[in-house]
Amino acid sequence: MIPGEFDYHAPNSVDEAITLLTELGEDAKILAGGQSLIPAMRFRLAAPTSLVDINRIQGLDYVREENGHLAIGAMARESALDESEVVQQRYPLLADTARVIADPLVRNLATVGGNIAHADPANDHPATMLAYNATVIARGPDGERSIAIDDFFTDLFENSLTEQELLTEIRIPAPGPNDGGAYIKIERKVGDYAIAAIAVQLTLDGDTCSAIRIGLTNVSPVPLRATDAEDILRGKPLSDENIAAAARAAAAQSEPSPDLRGTEEYKRDLVRVLTKRTILKAAARARGES
Amino acid sequence: MGKHTITVNVNGEEHTGEVEGRTLLVHFIREDLDLTGTHIGCDTTSCGACTVILNGRAVKSCTAFAVQADGGTVETIEGLGSDALHPLQEGFWEKHGLQCGYCTPGMIMSAKDFLSRNPNPTEEEIRWGISGNLCRCTGYNKIVEAIQYAADKINEGDAEEATT
Repeated sequence: MIPGEFDYHAPNSVDEAITLLTELGEDAKILAGGQSLIPAMRFRLAAPTSLVDINRIQGLDYVREENGHLAIGAMARESALDESEVVQQRYPLLADTARVIADPLVRNLATVGGNIAHADPANDHPATMLAYNATVIARGPDGERSIAIDDFFTDLFENSLTEQELLTEIRIPAPGPNDGGAYIKIERKVGDYAIAAIAVQLTLDGDTCSAIRIGLTNVSPVPLRATDAEDILRGKPLSDENIAAAARAAAAQSEPSPDLRGTEEYKRDLVRVLTKRTILKAAARARGES
Repeated sequence: MGKHTITVNVNGEEHTGEVEGRTLLVHFIREDLDLTGTHIGCDTTSCGACTVILNGRAVKSCTAFAVQADGGTVETIEGLGSDALHPLQEGFWEKHGLQCGYCTPGMIMSAKDFLSRNPNPTEEEIRWGISGNLCRCTGYNKIVEAIQYAADKINEGDAEEATT
């Protein structure tokens, strides 16, 4: 399977990329890691007339902590997260996620920015970034702007970037001393999308859960936060009873579709079970137990 | 929709060719350069039979465009063991790491890449390292043994070099 024809552009700077995107209009696609876009083009699910390859732009592949957040450049590969000491030590939710995306070969090319910008609810980073309350930085002809992750995913494969804008960075708030996070994914085999996966980031104040955000993977048409579950736990003790109630709320709020990975009922119950497990794992980490 | 002239260092040799933007790296390698050791298995970014090392990282060459490799380096199975067998090739031979052999070039290129970063892998790490490569014959046990053999052999060689 060979993609349709397209014009190929390889700008050397973000400004040059934005100029190209402005000139080329809506039929242009940005090529980052290409691990979703190229398969989609090969299946002719996508047929852009122009590609703007941002792989030759230098200096966009950083992963570093600065100014109270973790900054992930648009061209940082998934494998860079796996190899980043600061991610492994301080961002366990992100570290968990990076290890279960596709397979090691795909992760050598796939980018975090592309995983977000693709806005596929089956991708893993959307749930993780929702749980982290991340911020997306975009640049366009009118300069730079910040987009809260809650406003980023607008529909299936749709995000709030304009056609002239390029995602340049993702920012994750630096964790406090009582924060913990975890990502648990159930997949049929390595490289498959999740049957369901749960991202949790929380803050403990003694036994009380003072803050919590929960993201769900592949159980809704648009990447989803389990806000009902969050409301049940925020400001409450992390008791077995409260966690069980939150897990049921997450299952109720999910909107899974039946497919070859399972029935709607099965997936909903998986959301319940995984939400509980992921909260317990995140809480253990917040207490410094693992 | 013009053609692009690209120059790629493949197995240490510069190759210049003309490709369309949509030409996949694996097709450039197999059809333009006639290096057919790199296989096409699934065509869907699943099986890893097409694995090559692009700019120092093992990737699926069915999921990258040839034009993206312009000015870069590619290592394929043909780049290994021109004089004597590479330790990985020897490992697959000694430990019977293949039956039909279709996945083998991809397995070896994946293993070469991760051994370069993790020269002393545990069995679990080896299984993790080849989790993007599918084999439908062996059940993987012999492949894991082959890679372990190669790791030991490479480390022995390095130790000898260090003492001489």
